[in-house]
Amino acid sequence: MIHTEALRRSFGSGAQLVEAVRGIDLDVEEGELVALLGPNGAGKSTTLRMLTSLLPPTSGTARVAGVDVRAEPAEVRRRIGYIGQKDGAGHNYRVRDELRMQGRFYGLDRRTAAARGERLLADLDLAGLARRKVSTLSGGQRRRLDIALGLIHAPGLLFLDEPSTGMDPQNRANLWEHIARLRRERGTTIVLTTHYLEEADAEAERVIIIDHGRIIADDTPAALKANLAGDRITLTVPASDVAPTRAVAERVGSELRQHPHGGDVELSFRVQAGPARLPAVLGDLAATGVEVRAATLRQPTLDDVFLSLTGRSLREGADAR
Amino acid sequence: MTAVSTAAPPTARPGSLLSDIAAVWTRETMTIVRDPFSLVFSLLQPLVFLALFAPLLSGVAGAGLAGGSTLQWFLPGVVVMITMFGTSMTGSNLQFEIMTGAFERILATPLSRAALMVGRALKELTPLVVQAAVIVLVAWPFGFRLYPAHIALGLVVLGVFGVGIGALSYALAIAARKSEWIFWAVQQTLLFPLLILSGMMLPLENGPAWMQLASRLNPLTYVVEAERALFAGTFADPAILYGALAAALTCAVGLGVGVRAIRGSTL
Repeated sequence: MIHTEALRRSFGSGAQLVEAVRGIDLDVEEGELVALLGPNGAGKSTTLRMLTSLLPPTSGTARVAGVDVRAEPAEVRRRIGYIGQKDGAGHNYRVRDELRMQGRFYGLDRRTAAARGERLLADLDLAGLARRKVSTLSGGQRRRLDIALGLIHAPGLLFLDEPSTGMDPQNRANLWEHIARLRRERGTTIVLTTHYLEEADAEAERVIIIDHGRIIADDTPAALKANLAGDRITLTVPASDVAPTRAVAERVGSELRQHPHGGDVELSFRVQAGPARLPAVLGDLAATGVEVRAATLRQPTLDDVFLSLTGRSLREGADAR
Repeated sequence: MTAVSTAAPPTARPGSLLSDIAAVWTRETMTIVRDPFSLVFSLLQPLVFLALFAPLLSGVAGAGLAGGSTLQWFLPGVVVMITMFGTSMTGSNLQFEIMTGAFERILATPLSRAALMVGRALKELTPLVVQAAVIVLVAWPFGFRLYPAHIALGLVVLGVFGVGIGALSYALAIAARKSEWIFWAVQQTLLFPLLILSGMMLPLENGPAWMQLASRLNPLTYVVEAERALFAGTFADPAILYGALAAALTCAVGLGVGVRAIRGSTL
């Protein structure tokens, strides 16, 4: 559905040159749900805007839904749906009018546009708002209308740029419900950007981590976490028992850090298959005579993945907009 | 890259430029259709202008007014003026939609870029037809001689010119998308010199030489002269040809600048 080679985009020139995207090679198959994850300014939106033909690449190629974005941008736009970060619907227009006109913009005839509009109004719980002016809608209602606008021409490939930013948990759950239904009922391919870690983890089957304009990881959330982060066991032991504890724990994992905690010491280890290993580690320590004061097991998040890849946390930049 | 055909929605057909323009125009006119009261006010404005200005002009009967009634001379100017007012504001609604996000959503549709501008400019021109009809009908009993076919052609020339001005206004809105006031500053700074230097409100024949030269460089001058010739009931005046040419040129330049502005708007 998507195939890019060495896709680049820079802005400005000379000393002001900003390389927003520095060579992205990406393949997305039909029916996939892909989340582009990365801090703000990583190049996610720039990538998305090149794939939707809104922004011409500086170099490299991209074929989207079978069409080259540079050679036939209008044809790309015909085949895809795009839901941007801001309100798609005009504030001075009525809900139903906007939906129908969006259908006309995609070349649907009047009757088809009207019929699909009504169906989407019902599907997205907007039926009672059809005659309302967009400016009078709540944030969640506007977002649902944006989704309806993006679906009026039943695209096989849908791009969403930060779809859940600023949504409350209920609206976010709603959004994901709609996305799940689209995939179930129509097999729609979906590519979205997000900087919410939990969301990418829970909902996407494939996460592409982008940092400084490059893809630094690309896999299922489970595989990313298992391969790049692993589980973490933290043991609190008396200071005198640090050496034997380390000897036991290093048989199953690698030490991450150690720091004093009152008169005790906290030792963290990264292990694979933590839940299965923890009882054995504790048993071995008891046999060695180490008195374990506390033991915790934490399974990794995508933030741990990002941290192990870049040495930075994704959360630090998450709210700095 | 598999099963690419599924990506193309079955009912969508390639839109022609005309159907794209029609679609954009239909959306824009929704604001008038849903709130027709705004149209009533826009009708009053040129009438007030005509009623307050025309009586003064008969007192300033100079070279430009010789041989024709004041109304016959002044009325085409008012029609040009309302066209300029209307179409030069095309970008102001757009600026709002750039801010809220609707512009980006529409850019992501397959609509032709030229259609985006032409459709919006035509929306501003739509009330003009009604306005022109009302002005002409009101002026009729006061000695204005009516030539419907000529006026119709005059409105077509004005429409082409208006699309050009609308496209330039559109481009200006995109250029000034990061600071709203610049749009109004530039629009106002350009609009009034253009209007005055076209001889639209007052005849320039008695003005200083530099003003007359400036008016010759102003495309609007030729459009105003063409409208005057047409409203006077002739098709034979070469001024009509020059006016049509100036309108076509303005339209071409406007659309060229506008399409470039749209391409650059996502940077």
